Amino acid sequence: MNSKTKKAYLLNAVAVFLVYIVFLTLIRFKVLSNYFGGVIILTCIMMIMALSLNIVAGFLGEMALGHAAFMAIGAYLSGFTSIAIMNAFPTAPALLVLIFSSLVGGVAAGIAGIAIGTPSLRLRGDYLGIVTIGFGEIVRIFFINFDPLGGAQGLKGIPRLTNLSYAYWITVLVVFLIFTLGVSKYGRAIMSIREDEIASEASGIPTTRVKVMAFTISSFFAGIGGSLYAHYQGYIDPDKFQFMFSIEMFVIVVLGGLGSLTGSILSAIVLTVLPELLRGFAQYRLLIYSLALVIMMIFRPQGMLGRTEFSLYHLIYVLTNKREPYKKGSIDGGKSS
Amino acid sequence: MKLFFQQVINGLNSGSIYALIAIGYTLVYGILKLINFAHGEIMMFGAYFSFIAAATMDMPFWFVIIFSMGLSAILGMLVEFVAYRPLRQAPRLSALITAIGVSMFLQNVSLMVFGADPKVMPRIFPNVVFNIFGIEISSITLITIGLSVFFMILLELFISHTKQGRAMRAVSENQDAAILMGINVNRTVSITFLIGSALGALGGILYSTAYTNIAPTMGTMPGLKAFVAAVLGGIGSVPGAMLGGFLIGMIENMSKAYISTTWADAIVFLILIIVLLFKPTGILGKDIKEKV
Repeated sequence: MNSKTKKAYLLNAVAVFLVYIVFLTLIRFKVLSNYFGGVIILTCIMMIMALSLNIVAGFLGEMALGHAAFMAIGAYLSGFTSIAIMNAFPTAPALLVLIFSSLVGGVAAGIAGIAIGTPSLRLRGDYLGIVTIGFGEIVRIFFINFDPLGGAQGLKGIPRLTNLSYAYWITVLVVFLIFTLGVSKYGRAIMSIREDEIASEASGIPTTRVKVMAFTISSFFAGIGGSLYAHYQGYIDPDKFQFMFSIEMFVIVVLGGLGSLTGSILSAIVLTVLPELLRGFAQYRLLIYSLALVIMMIFRPQGMLGRTEFSLYHLIYVLTNKREPYKKGSIDGGKSS
Repeated sequence: MKLFFQQVINGLNSGSIYALIAIGYTLVYGILKLINFAHGEIMMFGAYFSFIAAATMDMPFWFVIIFSMGLSAILGMLVEFVAYRPLRQAPRLSALITAIGVSMFLQNVSLMVFGADPKVMPRIFPNVVFNIFGIEISSITLITIGLSVFFMILLELFISHTKQGRAMRAVSENQDAAILMGINVNRTVSITFLIGSALGALGGILYSTAYTNIAPTMGTMPGLKAFVAAVLGGIGSVPGAMLGGFLIGMIENMSKAYISTTWADAIVFLILIIVLLFKPTGILGKDIKEKV
């Protein structure tokens, strides 16, 4: 790690702390309502979902339209686990329970990812999209009909362990992990398949295994997101995880820019906060949202950030020195669209 | 045995509706390689148009059908012109997201214009129940199957025997070569949307007469299933869409009757997945070899 990267990491860590403290004080002094605190938690969850989907949709370049299914698996399994733990040890520390049950949910979603990814990743493009839609619907119908986990009524009585701090720091951790995945050799292997599957196979990358691995990692983090969601809502409604919800996540990723993690973060914020801000317009809300989507795609089809990454270090360097320190802080070496 | 034949009739009934809607998906996909997510909403608008014609204007049924199909065809062409045409050269994913946006937009427009409460579709066809060897067949079922088959034959004749139909096949085969042969691609795409939307609207009319309910969200689920039908039959192929539609209708009704009502949708998707895993291009789809 050279000094530049070190500085950049330090800078980002400071920024993350500052944002956290700002939000905490704003809510403490009632500048922002508790309701807005809830919006921040939901934004964090959507960020995790979008970033995890970006591993498959952006890094691997495949259409996965069943991401809500993995979120559902994570939500149900983690909710079930934490209910069981809380019944057995009512005094267990909240954070530990949350982390443990999130891991259970994540691992369950990851296993489901292996089970679904192994057969379906033989397909490509639209067909993979259809198969993932199909799996998503099957998972949803399974939970509707599976009475031990609440059936159509949904799973109730999940301890509400997710609060602003936990959601924020878990999201920061997930963001960090996925960023490091992006610059690791595994991340590069995934991206090489996106660029040219045959060439990367010729270079000795076990493409099938790497694809399934990407799919599994993606579903693992989706399970974590689902766990946070379950512990924030306190109950799970299987109807939440409809096909349109998967589509919503996919829209976030494409709108942010496929393969751009900061783009996903940005667009998760915009697309979660914007509908909340439009609540005043009530019935025009979704109309404006969908219109914005169409207009955005017509005028900027590559998404907000395209494939480039936003870098704080780079921004500050440009602002102070007025020249570029290195080529834009992009994960794929500045090969922006 | 009686139950079985009853289910075959029911399967043909819903299958012909799915087939009509699936044709719209397959035509558009064949030409633009775009999953037109807004197609389910066109179908929903078709149902609403027919509701307007039937409930407020009190028109005979042939007029209701022509009115609704005509307006929906214009709507479909408008959607293509405004939302998809600017993205013809853009990455396919952007067009897909636009289609999702248009779908949400149309759903919310109908929510605002027609309201959220479901409307009850007036009876536009006479409902007489025939009893043939103990199997009950309502006239609505017969009309549904008859109208669908009639329009499918019409479409098949159009595609295989007219100049415009040949242009459609040419554009879906190779767009650049079609341009060089002097085919007006934009017009062909418009006509594709016109035909697809009109047939989708017919599907919407028949769907709403079968289930008597019209709501802004009614297009999503049949739209998704019709799309599944198109993929099952081999997306891009018109006979494939028809076959897929009838298959999906059959599978759905059979699993409702013999296995479980609540699992029926899951079974439909499971069969789709199994078929795609063994024949990735669908039943009647053409294999495309990947070149190095």
